[in-house]
Amino acid sequence: MRDFDYIAPKTVEETIKVLSEYKDDAKIIAGGQSLLNILKQDLMAPEILVDIKNLSELDYITYDDKDGMKIGATTTHHAVETSPLVLEHYPILAEMEHTLAFPQTRNWGTIGGNLCIQDPTGDVAPILIALKATVKIVGPNGERTLPMEDFSVDYYETVLEEDEILAEIQIPAVAPKTGIAYSKFRIVEGDAPIVGAAVAFTLNEDGTCADARIATNGTAPIPLRIPDAEAVFKGKKITDALIEEAVEIAGEAMECIPDIVASDEYKKRVAKVYVKRMAKKALSQIQ
Amino acid sequence: MKKILNFTLNGDPYEVAVKPKTTLIELIRDEIGLTGPKVGCNAGACGACTVLVDGKAVDSCSVLALQVEGHHVETVEGLADGEKLHPLQEAFLDDGGYQCGFCTPGMLMAAKSLLNENPDPSIHEIRHGLSGNLCRCTGYVRIIDSIHDAAQRMKKEGGES
Repeated sequence: MRDFDYIAPKTVEETIKVLSEYKDDAKIIAGGQSLLNILKQDLMAPEILVDIKNLSELDYITYDDKDGMKIGATTTHHAVETSPLVLEHYPILAEMEHTLAFPQTRNWGTIGGNLCIQDPTGDVAPILIALKATVKIVGPNGERTLPMEDFSVDYYETVLEEDEILAEIQIPAVAPKTGIAYSKFRIVEGDAPIVGAAVAFTLNEDGTCADARIATNGTAPIPLRIPDAEAVFKGKKITDALIEEAVEIAGEAMECIPDIVASDEYKKRVAKVYVKRMAKKALSQIQ
Repeated sequence: MKKILNFTLNGDPYEVAVKPKTTLIELIRDEIGLTGPKVGCNAGACGACTVLVDGKAVDSCSVLALQVEGHHVETVEGLADGEKLHPLQEAFLDDGGYQCGFCTPGMLMAAKSLLNENPDPSIHEIRHGLSGNLCRCTGYVRIIDSIHDAAQRMKKEGGES
């Protein structure tokens, strides 16, 4: 690892000031569970690390029925996994966190860091897309809020400008008659996902589909929301045939990258199976 | 340029000057001289470097030393109470929970973290709690049995850790 300077600002305001000063010479570190491996391989060589891991201002989980949940960016995976509020209102999020990497990673790694490192196989983003989450970004000119699916740009790249930080994840209250499911394919517990899929359905009183969300990980350079596949269900009663149709459309949207673990073709086949299974599971969860 | 770091290690306060790129395990092993935690993969995958920060297991190879400013760090060296071994250590000895010993300090600290949170884990919960720790001797069954045994011993002692 190359040498770098280090600063640990005490507030968000101070963090933005430091980032505005150092611009692209600076890199933010939170839990560093991915970043340190990148630095150890000299794939990145920042002049200065801006450490926000101990920024308690961004370490919180709140919920109210009107605005839903707000999770500060430096909240650890473990805090999300074990939060009674998360378990009550978004059990799927707690369930995913319970299987994200290892206990050690979850104890130190942060939910915001997971999104900002923008590893295309990341578990967190597809669920947040299915949950219609937005992200709050803070910079020198104030705040902006974006839908989760607009946050990622490319491999290891997000919309964050060099003087901005991800401050908060906002998840709206889940509509009645909604089912959400996520699962991932991997070889050994603790491994990064190879592919994964999150599906959410909300039904009308008459049982037709009011809203659908489909998002996958490991199937493109960014977490992939697939609106064309979602559109298949709108206003219709969800059947196995419709699910099959949506799965085929989803497959066409995927640009899987072959790697040492699996070929692109294999990943796409598995991802389609996961979309199908999660669609059926989400539907089965609606009361 | 070195920065000043204040933290506690096994209950003792430390003030040390460290380079920003120094990882927590490099500080603990190379500068402070406690060689319990091991460098296995140095990439957060094997758990041999596991220490507790504020009672929770972390991979000390994947934390910058400066990030534990103001935190409490515990290594395997802090587990025993003087000459009296911790129930986890006793159980590992009695139940054959280690073979070559390389992974043992990390296993013990991951187990301690698990028991801090869940004093009476099921076998499944122990396996999940230890999923971040590899044993290249593959002696997992005895390790899991040892942790289960330790939890029972600690319950008998009145939950004292």
